[in-house]
Amino acid sequence: MIPAQFDYVAPTTLAEAIAALGAAGEDAKILAGGQSLIPVLRLRLAFPTTLIDLSRVSELRGVGEDGDVLVIGAMTKHSDVIEDPLVRQYAALLSEATSTVADPAVRHRGTFGGALAHADPAGDLAAVALALDAELVAEGPGGRRTIAAKDFFVDYLETSLSPDEILAAVRIPKLTGDWGVRYEKFNRVAQAWAIVGVATAVRTEGGSIAEARIGLTNMGSTPVRPHSVEAALVGASTREQVVAAAASAADGTNPPSDLGAKADYRQHLARVLTARAVSQAAGITS
Amino acid sequence: MRVSMKVDGVTYEDEVEPRTLLTHHLRDGLGRVGTPIGCDTSNCGSCTVSIDGESVKSCSVLAVQAAGADITTIQGLAEGSEWHPVQKAFQQHHGLQCGYCTPGMIMASVDLLTRNPSPTEDEVRHGLEGNLCRCTGYQNIVKAVLSAASELRGEGPIAGSFRDADEPVPATSGASS
Repeated sequence: MIPAQFDYVAPTTLAEAIAALGAAGEDAKILAGGQSLIPVLRLRLAFPTTLIDLSRVSELRGVGEDGDVLVIGAMTKHSDVIEDPLVRQYAALLSEATSTVADPAVRHRGTFGGALAHADPAGDLAAVALALDAELVAEGPGGRRTIAAKDFFVDYLETSLSPDEILAAVRIPKLTGDWGVRYEKFNRVAQAWAIVGVATAVRTEGGSIAEARIGLTNMGSTPVRPHSVEAALVGASTREQVVAAAASAADGTNPPSDLGAKADYRQHLARVLTARAVSQAAGITS
Repeated sequence: MRVSMKVDGVTYEDEVEPRTLLTHHLRDGLGRVGTPIGCDTSNCGSCTVSIDGESVKSCSVLAVQAAGADITTIQGLAEGSEWHPVQKAFQQHHGLQCGYCTPGMIMASVDLLTRNPSPTEDEVRHGLEGNLCRCTGYQNIVKAVLSAASELRGEGPIAGSFRDADEPVPATSGASS
Protein backbone atom coordinates (compact mmCIF):
# COMPACT_ATOMS: atom_id res chain seq x y z
CA MET A 1 0.00 0.00 0.00
CA ILE A 2 0.93 3.65 -0.33
CA PRO A 3 1.14 5.89 2.75
CA ALA A 4 -1.20 8.86 3.15
CA GLN A 5 0.23 12.25 2.18
CA PHE A 6 2.59 14.08 4.49
CA ASP A 7 5.14 16.87 4.35
CA TYR A 8 8.76 15.87 4.58
CA VAL A 9 11.60 17.78 6.23
CA ALA A 10 15.22 16.62 6.34
CA PRO A 11 17.18 18.87 8.70
CA THR A 12 20.95 18.53 8.99
CA THR A 13 21.43 19.65 12.61
CA LEU A 14 19.67 18.69 15.84
CA ALA A 15 18.77 22.37 16.46
CA GLU A 16 17.06 22.53 13.06
CA ALA A 17 15.25 19.29 13.77
CA ILE A 18 13.91 20.60 17.10
CA ALA A 19 12.78 23.82 15.43
CA ALA A 20 11.08 21.84 12.63
CA LEU A 21 9.33 19.65 15.20
CA GLY A 22 8.07 22.72 17.04
CA ALA A 23 6.88 24.36 13.81
CA ALA A 24 5.13 21.28 12.46
CA GLY A 25 2.45 21.04 15.12
CA GLU A 26 1.14 18.12 17.12
CA ASP A 27 0.71 15.62 14.30
CA ALA A 28 4.37 15.65 13.28
CA LYS A 29 6.41 12.50 13.63
CA ILE A 30 10.16 11.91 13.88
CA LEU A 31 11.54 9.52 11.25
CA ALA A 32 14.65 7.70 12.46
CA GLY A 33 15.52 4.49 10.57
CA GLY A 34 11.90 4.05 9.57
CA GLN A 35 11.83 0.28 9.94
CA SER A 36 8.80 0.44 12.25
CA LEU A 37 7.33 3.77 11.16
CA ILE A 38 7.30 3.26 7.39
CA PRO A 39 5.46 -0.09 7.61
CA VAL A 40 2.94 1.61 9.92
CA LEU A 41 2.48 4.44 7.40
CA ARG A 42 2.20 1.97 4.56
CA LEU A 43 -0.55 0.07 6.35
CA ARG A 44 -2.23 3.42 7.10
CA LEU A 45 -2.19 2.85 10.83
CA ALA A 46 -0.82 6.37 11.35
CA PHE A 47 -1.40 9.68 9.59
CA PRO A 48 1.30 12.20 10.53
CA THR A 49 1.06 15.54 8.75
CA THR A 50 4.82 16.02 8.71
CA LEU A 51 7.76 13.64 8.88
CA ILE A 52 11.01 15.02 10.25
CA ASP A 53 13.76 12.77 8.94
CA LEU A 54 16.84 12.66 11.20
CA SER A 55 18.95 10.58 8.82
CA ARG A 56 20.95 13.59 7.66
CA VAL A 57 21.73 14.83 11.18
CA SER A 58 25.28 13.52 11.43
CA GLU A 59 25.80 14.70 15.03
CA LEU A 60 23.30 12.05 16.14
CA ARG A 61 25.39 9.17 14.79
CA GLY A 62 28.32 7.33 16.23
CA VAL A 63 29.68 5.91 19.48
CA GLY A 64 31.94 7.80 21.85
CA GLU A 65 33.16 7.83 25.44
CA ASP A 66 32.62 10.25 28.29
CA GLY A 67 34.82 8.95 31.09
CA ASP A 68 33.28 5.75 32.36
CA VAL A 69 30.17 6.15 30.22
CA LEU A 70 29.58 5.00 26.65
CA VAL A 71 27.66 7.59 24.60
CA ILE A 72 25.74 6.22 21.62
CA GLY A 73 24.13 8.66 19.20
CA ALA A 74 20.42 7.98 18.84
CA MET A 75 20.71 7.64 15.04
CA THR A 76 23.47 5.03 15.19
CA LYS A 77 22.32 2.15 13.02
CA HIS A 78 21.92 -1.33 14.48
CA SER A 79 24.55 -2.71 12.10
CA ASP A 80 27.03 -0.11 13.38
CA VAL A 81 26.18 -0.78 17.05
CA ILE A 82 26.86 -4.51 16.53
CA GLU A 83 30.28 -3.91 14.99
CA ASP A 84 31.43 -1.05 17.21
CA PRO A 85 34.58 -1.95 19.18
CA LEU A 86 33.65 0.25 22.17
CA VAL A 87 30.19 -1.32 22.41
CA ARG A 88 31.73 -4.79 22.17
CA GLN A 89 34.18 -3.97 24.92
CA TYR A 90 31.96 -2.12 27.39
CA ALA A 91 28.39 -3.09 26.54
CA ALA A 92 28.68 -6.50 24.89
CA LEU A 93 25.11 -7.29 25.92
CA LEU A 94 23.88 -4.51 23.63
CA SER A 95 25.93 -5.80 20.73
CA GLU A 96 24.62 -9.34 21.22
CA ALA A 97 20.97 -8.32 21.59
CA THR A 98 21.14 -5.96 18.60
CA SER A 99 22.40 -8.78 16.39
CA THR A 100 19.07 -10.56 17.01
CA VAL A 101 16.93 -7.59 15.90
CA ALA A 102 14.96 -8.40 12.72
CA ASP A 103 17.29 -9.21 9.80
CA PRO A 104 20.43 -7.76 8.17
CA ALA A 105 18.60 -5.42 5.77
CA VAL A 106 16.47 -3.97 8.58
CA ARG A 107 19.57 -3.59 10.76
CA HIS A 108 21.20 -1.51 8.01
CA ARG A 109 18.45 1.11 8.40
CA GLY A 110 17.03 0.75 11.92
CA THR A 111 18.59 2.81 14.70
CA PHE A 112 19.22 2.30 18.41
CA GLY A 113 17.48 5.51 19.42
CA GLY A 114 14.58 4.90 17.08
CA ALA A 115 13.98 1.47 18.58
CA LEU A 116 13.99 2.88 22.13
CA ALA A 117 11.76 5.85 21.31
CA HIS A 118 9.30 3.53 19.54
CA ALA A 119 9.06 1.64 22.86
CA ASP A 120 7.54 -1.54 21.52
CA PRO A 121 7.52 -3.92 24.51
CA ALA A 122 8.45 -6.78 22.13
CA GLY A 123 11.52 -4.85 20.93
CA ASP A 124 14.79 -6.31 22.17
CA LEU A 125 16.75 -3.21 23.10
CA ALA A 126 14.61 -1.60 25.79
CA ALA A 127 15.28 -4.50 28.16
CA VAL A 128 19.00 -4.09 27.51
CA ALA A 129 18.86 -0.35 28.21
CA LEU A 130 17.01 -1.06 31.45
CA ALA A 131 19.38 -3.81 32.57
CA LEU A 132 22.46 -1.69 31.85
CA ASP A 133 21.07 1.38 33.73
CA ALA A 134 21.18 3.45 30.56
CA GLU A 135 20.30 7.14 30.60
CA LEU A 136 18.48 8.71 27.70
CA VAL A 137 19.41 12.20 26.64
CA ALA A 138 16.47 14.19 25.31
CA GLU A 139 16.75 17.60 23.70
CA GLY A 140 13.95 20.06 23.12
CA PRO A 141 13.35 23.81 22.95
CA GLY A 142 13.88 23.99 26.71
CA GLY A 143 17.32 22.38 26.47
CA ARG A 144 18.75 19.02 27.32
CA ARG A 145 17.65 16.59 30.02
CA THR A 146 18.63 13.11 31.03
CA ILE A 147 16.06 10.41 31.75
CA ALA A 148 16.89 7.13 33.48
CA ALA A 149 15.80 4.09 31.47
CA LYS A 150 13.48 3.01 34.30
CA ASP A 151 11.59 6.31 33.93
CA PHE A 152 11.74 6.44 30.14
CA PHE A 153 9.44 3.55 29.27
CA VAL A 154 5.98 4.56 30.43
CA ASP A 155 3.55 2.23 28.66
CA TYR A 156 2.91 0.37 25.41
CA LEU A 157 4.59 2.47 22.66
CA GLU A 158 4.80 5.37 25.11
CA THR A 159 7.86 7.07 26.58
CA SER A 160 8.41 10.06 28.84
CA LEU A 161 9.72 12.14 25.92
CA SER A 162 7.66 15.31 25.52
CA PRO A 163 6.08 15.87 22.10
CA ASP A 164 8.60 18.67 21.43
CA GLU A 165 11.66 16.64 22.42
CA ILE A 166 13.99 14.43 20.36
CA LEU A 167 16.03 11.56 21.73
CA ALA A 168 19.62 12.59 21.02
CA ALA A 169 21.83 9.99 22.67
CA VAL A 170 21.94 7.05 25.03
CA ARG A 171 24.48 6.96 27.85
CA ILE A 172 25.44 3.53 29.11
CA PRO A 173 27.75 3.11 32.12
CA LYS A 174 30.68 0.92 31.00
CA LEU A 175 30.81 -2.56 32.38
CA THR A 176 34.36 -3.21 33.53
CA GLY A 177 35.59 -6.31 35.30
CA ASP A 178 34.68 -9.91 34.75
CA TRP A 179 31.23 -9.60 33.16
CA GLY A 180 29.56 -12.23 31.03
CA VAL A 181 26.49 -11.42 28.95
CA ARG A 182 23.68 -13.24 27.23
CA TYR A 183 20.48 -12.30 25.41
CA GLU A 184 18.10 -15.25 25.28
CA LYS A 185 15.42 -14.59 22.71
CA PHE A 186 12.57 -17.01 22.27
CA ASN A 187 10.71 -16.91 18.98
CA ARG A 188 9.38 -19.49 16.59
CA VAL A 189 10.53 -18.27 13.21
CA ALA A 190 13.38 -16.22 11.77
CA GLN A 191 13.10 -12.40 12.03
CA ALA A 192 10.07 -12.66 14.37
CA TRP A 193 9.60 -10.53 17.45
CA ALA A 194 10.61 -12.03 20.77
CA ILE A 195 7.78 -13.95 22.43
CA VAL A 196 9.92 -13.40 25.51
CA GLY A 197 13.50 -12.17 25.72
CA VAL A 198 15.89 -12.08 28.67
CA ALA A 199 18.90 -9.75 28.70
CA THR A 200 21.51 -10.52 31.32
CA ALA A 201 24.89 -9.23 32.37
CA VAL A 202 26.56 -11.12 35.20
CA ARG A 203 29.79 -10.36 37.07
CA THR A 204 31.50 -13.32 38.63
CA GLU A 205 34.14 -13.51 41.33
CA GLY A 206 35.92 -16.81 41.93
CA GLY A 207 33.25 -18.85 40.19
CA SER A 208 30.20 -17.39 41.90
CA ILE A 209 27.92 -14.56 40.92
CA ALA A 210 28.80 -11.22 42.50
CA GLU A 211 26.36 -9.01 40.61
CA ALA A 212 23.57 -9.64 38.11
CA ARG A 213 21.57 -7.32 35.84
CA ILE A 214 18.46 -8.58 34.12
CA GLY A 215 15.95 -7.04 31.72
CA LEU A 216 12.88 -8.85 30.40
CA THR A 217 11.42 -8.27 26.92
CA ASN A 218 7.68 -8.58 26.22
CA MET A 219 6.67 -9.40 29.79
CA GLY A 220 4.41 -6.36 30.13
CA SER A 221 3.69 -3.03 28.47
CA THR A 222 7.22 -1.86 29.33
CA PRO A 223 10.49 -3.75 29.84
CA VAL A 224 10.79 -5.35 33.27
CA ARG A 225 13.74 -5.41 35.67
CA PRO A 226 13.33 -8.31 38.14
CA HIS A 227 15.35 -6.88 41.03
CA SER A 228 14.45 -9.74 43.37
CA VAL A 229 16.05 -12.26 41.00
CA GLU A 230 19.16 -10.10 40.70
CA ALA A 231 19.48 -10.03 44.51
CA ALA A 232 18.80 -13.76 44.87
CA LEU A 233 21.51 -14.60 42.34
CA VAL A 234 24.32 -13.06 44.38
CA GLY A 235 26.52 -15.88 45.64
CA ALA A 236 25.07 -18.49 43.28
CA SER A 237 27.65 -20.83 41.78
CA THR A 238 25.64 -23.87 40.68
CA ARG A 239 22.98 -24.40 38.06
CA GLU A 240 20.54 -25.45 40.79
CA GLN A 241 21.03 -22.16 42.66
CA VAL A 242 20.56 -20.18 39.45
CA VAL A 243 17.33 -22.03 38.65
CA ALA A 244 16.06 -21.42 42.20
CA ALA A 245 16.78 -17.68 41.94
CA ALA A 246 15.20 -17.49 38.45
CA ALA A 247 11.99 -19.05 39.75
CA SER A 248 10.71 -15.60 40.74
CA ALA A 249 11.55 -13.97 37.39
CA ALA A 250 7.88 -13.67 36.41
CA ASP A 251 6.62 -12.50 39.83
CA GLY A 252 4.49 -9.40 39.54
CA THR A 253 4.61 -9.36 35.74
CA ASN A 254 1.57 -8.86 33.56
CA PRO A 255 2.55 -10.17 30.13
CA PRO A 256 0.20 -10.05 27.13
CA SER A 257 -1.80 -12.97 25.77
CA ASP A 258 -1.75 -12.90 21.99
CA LEU A 259 -1.18 -15.10 18.94
CA GLY A 260 2.42 -15.68 20.01
CA ALA A 261 1.67 -17.07 23.47
CA LYS A 262 -0.68 -16.95 26.44
CA ALA A 263 0.39 -14.94 29.47
CA ASP A 264 1.05 -17.98 31.68
CA TYR A 265 3.29 -19.50 29.03
CA ARG A 266 5.23 -16.24 28.82
CA GLN A 267 5.71 -16.35 32.59
CA HIS A 268 7.01 -19.90 32.29
CA LEU A 269 9.38 -18.77 29.54
CA ALA A 270 10.64 -15.87 31.65
CA ARG A 271 11.69 -18.27 34.42
CA VAL A 272 13.30 -20.81 32.10
CA LEU A 273 15.05 -18.27 29.89
CA THR A 274 16.34 -16.28 32.86
CA ALA A 275 17.99 -19.40 34.28
CA ARG A 276 19.40 -20.23 30.86
CA ALA A 277 20.68 -16.72 30.17
CA VAL A 278 22.26 -16.26 33.61
CA SER A 279 23.93 -19.70 33.54
CA GLN A 280 25.43 -19.00 30.15
CA ALA A 281 26.52 -15.45 31.02
CA ALA A 282 28.16 -16.67 34.24
CA GLY A 283 29.66 -19.78 32.65
CA ILE A 284 27.83 -22.01 35.12
CA THR A 285 27.25 -25.38 33.49
CA SER A 286 26.42 -27.71 36.37
CA MET B 1 10.33 17.20 -4.08
CA ARG B 2 13.16 17.15 -6.61
CA VAL B 3 15.18 14.00 -5.98
CA SER B 4 18.32 12.82 -7.69
CA MET B 5 19.74 9.33 -7.28
CA LYS B 6 22.04 6.98 -9.10
CA VAL B 7 20.45 3.66 -9.97
CA ASP B 8 22.53 0.91 -11.58
CA GLY B 9 25.05 3.46 -12.77
CA VAL B 10 22.60 5.96 -14.26
CA THR B 11 21.71 9.22 -12.51
CA TYR B 12 18.02 10.11 -12.50
CA GLU B 13 16.43 13.32 -11.34
CA ASP B 14 12.70 13.37 -10.76
CA GLU B 15 9.89 15.07 -8.96
CA VAL B 16 8.86 12.67 -6.18
CA GLU B 17 6.05 12.83 -3.66
CA PRO B 18 7.41 12.39 -0.12
CA ARG B 19 5.13 9.41 0.51
CA THR B 20 6.49 7.46 -2.47
CA LEU B 21 8.29 4.32 -1.35
CA LEU B 22 11.66 3.70 -2.96
CA THR B 23 10.39 0.45 -4.41
CA HIS B 24 7.51 2.25 -6.14
CA HIS B 25 9.85 4.94 -7.43
CA LEU B 26 12.19 2.32 -8.89
CA ARG B 27 9.36 0.39 -10.54
CA ASP B 28 6.81 3.02 -11.52
CA GLY B 29 8.96 6.15 -11.68
CA LEU B 30 12.10 4.74 -13.31
CA GLY B 31 10.66 1.64 -14.97
CA ARG B 32 13.20 -0.60 -13.29
CA VAL B 33 10.82 -3.46 -12.60
CA GLY B 34 13.46 -6.08 -11.83
CA THR B 35 12.81 -5.39 -8.14
CA PRO B 36 9.48 -7.00 -7.21
CA ILE B 37 7.17 -6.15 -4.32
CA GLY B 38 6.28 -9.25 -2.37
CA CYS B 39 4.50 -8.22 0.80
CA ASP B 40 3.19 -5.23 2.70
CA THR B 41 4.82 -6.08 5.98
CA SER B 42 8.62 -5.79 5.42
CA ASN B 43 8.94 -9.53 5.99
CA CYS B 44 9.65 -11.05 2.61
CA GLY B 45 12.74 -9.22 1.38
CA SER B 46 11.91 -9.63 -2.31
CA CYS B 47 12.38 -5.87 -2.84
CA THR B 48 15.93 -5.88 -1.39
CA VAL B 49 18.31 -3.49 -3.13
CA SER B 50 21.67 -2.04 -2.18
CA ILE B 51 21.90 1.59 -1.05
CA ASP B 52 25.46 2.88 -0.80
CA GLY B 53 26.70 -0.68 -0.42
CA GLU B 54 24.21 -1.87 2.19
CA SER B 55 21.25 -4.17 1.58
CA VAL B 56 17.88 -2.62 2.45
CA LYS B 57 14.24 -3.46 1.88
CA SER B 58 13.17 -0.82 -0.62
CA CYS B 59 9.56 -1.00 0.60
CA SER B 60 10.74 0.38 3.96
CA VAL B 61 12.60 3.39 2.61
CA LEU B 62 11.06 6.55 1.19
CA ALA B 63 12.36 7.59 -2.21
CA VAL B 64 13.16 11.03 -0.79
CA GLN B 65 15.41 9.38 1.80
CA ALA B 66 17.49 7.94 -1.02
CA ALA B 67 18.25 11.39 -2.46
CA GLY B 68 21.90 11.46 -3.46
CA ALA B 69 22.31 7.72 -2.92
CA ASP B 70 24.01 5.17 -5.12
CA ILE B 71 21.58 2.29 -5.60
CA THR B 72 22.18 -1.11 -7.14
CA THR B 73 19.26 -3.36 -8.07
CA ILE B 74 19.28 -6.85 -9.49
CA GLN B 75 19.38 -5.20 -12.93
CA GLY B 76 22.72 -3.58 -12.20
CA LEU B 77 24.62 -6.64 -10.98
CA ALA B 78 25.76 -8.10 -14.30
CA GLU B 79 28.78 -6.64 -16.08
CA GLY B 80 27.52 -6.28 -19.64
CA SER B 81 26.46 -9.75 -20.72
CA GLU B 82 28.47 -11.39 -17.92
CA TRP B 83 26.36 -12.40 -14.94
CA HIS B 84 27.49 -11.70 -11.40
CA PRO B 85 28.93 -14.89 -9.79
CA VAL B 86 25.93 -15.03 -7.43
CA GLN B 87 23.51 -14.87 -10.36
CA LYS B 88 25.48 -17.59 -12.10
CA ALA B 89 25.43 -19.79 -9.02
CA PHE B 90 21.66 -19.41 -8.60
CA GLN B 91 21.21 -20.54 -12.19
CA GLN B 92 23.68 -23.38 -11.92
CA HIS B 93 22.32 -24.76 -8.64
CA HIS B 94 18.70 -24.10 -9.49
CA GLY B 95 18.41 -21.69 -6.54
CA LEU B 96 14.92 -20.70 -7.57
CA GLN B 97 11.55 -22.22 -8.34
CA CYS B 98 8.96 -19.59 -9.24
CA GLY B 99 11.66 -16.89 -9.20
CA TYR B 100 9.70 -14.21 -7.34
CA CYS B 101 12.04 -13.99 -4.36
CA THR B 102 15.15 -14.35 -6.51
CA PRO B 103 16.10 -10.67 -7.07
CA GLY B 104 15.91 -9.99 -3.32
CA MET B 105 17.55 -13.28 -2.46
CA ILE B 106 20.46 -12.52 -4.77
CA MET B 107 20.85 -8.93 -3.51
CA ALA B 108 20.85 -10.14 0.10
CA SER B 109 23.36 -12.87 -0.80
CA VAL B 110 25.69 -10.38 -2.46
CA ASP B 111 25.56 -8.24 0.69
CA LEU B 112 26.17 -11.29 2.89
CA LEU B 113 29.22 -12.37 0.86
CA THR B 114 30.66 -8.85 0.89
CA ARG B 115 30.65 -8.94 4.69
CA ASN B 116 31.48 -12.60 5.13
CA PRO B 117 33.35 -14.10 2.14
CA SER B 118 33.58 -17.56 3.75
CA PRO B 119 30.23 -18.23 5.41
CA THR B 120 29.26 -21.60 6.86
CA GLU B 121 25.95 -23.10 5.80
CA ASP B 122 24.49 -21.91 9.10
CA GLU B 123 25.74 -18.37 8.52
CA VAL B 124 24.16 -18.35 5.06
CA ARG B 125 20.82 -19.42 6.51
CA HIS B 126 21.00 -16.76 9.23
CA GLY B 127 22.27 -14.14 6.81
CA LEU B 128 19.24 -14.68 4.57
CA GLU B 129 16.70 -14.73 7.40
CA GLY B 130 15.10 -11.56 6.04
CA ASN B 131 14.25 -13.17 2.71
CA LEU B 132 11.42 -15.62 2.28
CA CYS B 133 11.02 -18.19 -0.51
CA ARG B 134 7.41 -19.31 -0.52
CA CYS B 135 8.31 -22.24 -2.78
CA THR B 136 10.61 -23.24 0.14
CA GLY B 137 13.50 -23.68 -2.25
CA TYR B 138 16.01 -22.95 0.49
CA GLN B 139 18.26 -26.01 0.03
CA ASN B 140 19.36 -24.99 -3.43
CA ILE B 141 19.49 -21.30 -2.53
CA VAL B 142 21.94 -22.08 0.28
CA LYS B 143 23.92 -24.35 -2.05
CA ALA B 144 24.07 -21.54 -4.63
CA VAL B 145 25.33 -19.01 -2.10
CA LEU B 146 28.02 -21.37 -0.83
CA SER B 147 29.08 -22.07 -4.40
CA ALA B 148 29.17 -18.36 -5.25
CA ALA B 149 31.28 -17.75 -2.13
CA SER B 150 33.76 -20.37 -3.28
CA GLU B 151 33.83 -18.89 -6.79
CA LEU B 152 34.32 -15.33 -5.46
CA ARG B 153 37.21 -16.55 -3.29
CA GLY B 154 38.84 -17.84 -6.46
CA GLU B 155 38.35 -21.49 -5.52
CA GLY B 156 35.90 -22.26 -8.32
CA PRO B 157 32.24 -23.20 -8.03
CA ILE B 158 31.13 -26.14 -5.93
CA ALA B 159 30.54 -29.27 -7.97
CA GLY B 160 27.38 -31.33 -7.87
CA SER B 161 25.22 -28.64 -9.35
CA PHE B 162 21.75 -29.20 -10.73
CA ARG B 163 23.09 -29.17 -14.27
CA ASP B 164 26.01 -31.56 -13.79
CA ALA B 165 25.81 -33.89 -16.77
CA ASP B 166 28.26 -36.43 -15.35
CA GLU B 167 26.30 -36.92 -12.14
CA PRO B 168 25.03 -40.52 -12.06
CA VAL B 169 21.27 -40.79 -12.33
CA PRO B 170 19.99 -42.17 -9.02
CA ALA B 171 18.54 -45.67 -9.29
CA THR B 172 14.78 -45.86 -8.98
CA SER B 173 13.79 -47.95 -5.99
CA GLY B 174 12.68 -51.42 -6.96
CA ALA B 175 14.21 -51.08 -10.41
CA SER B 176 16.94 -53.63 -9.79
CA SER B 177 15.99 -57.24 -10.15
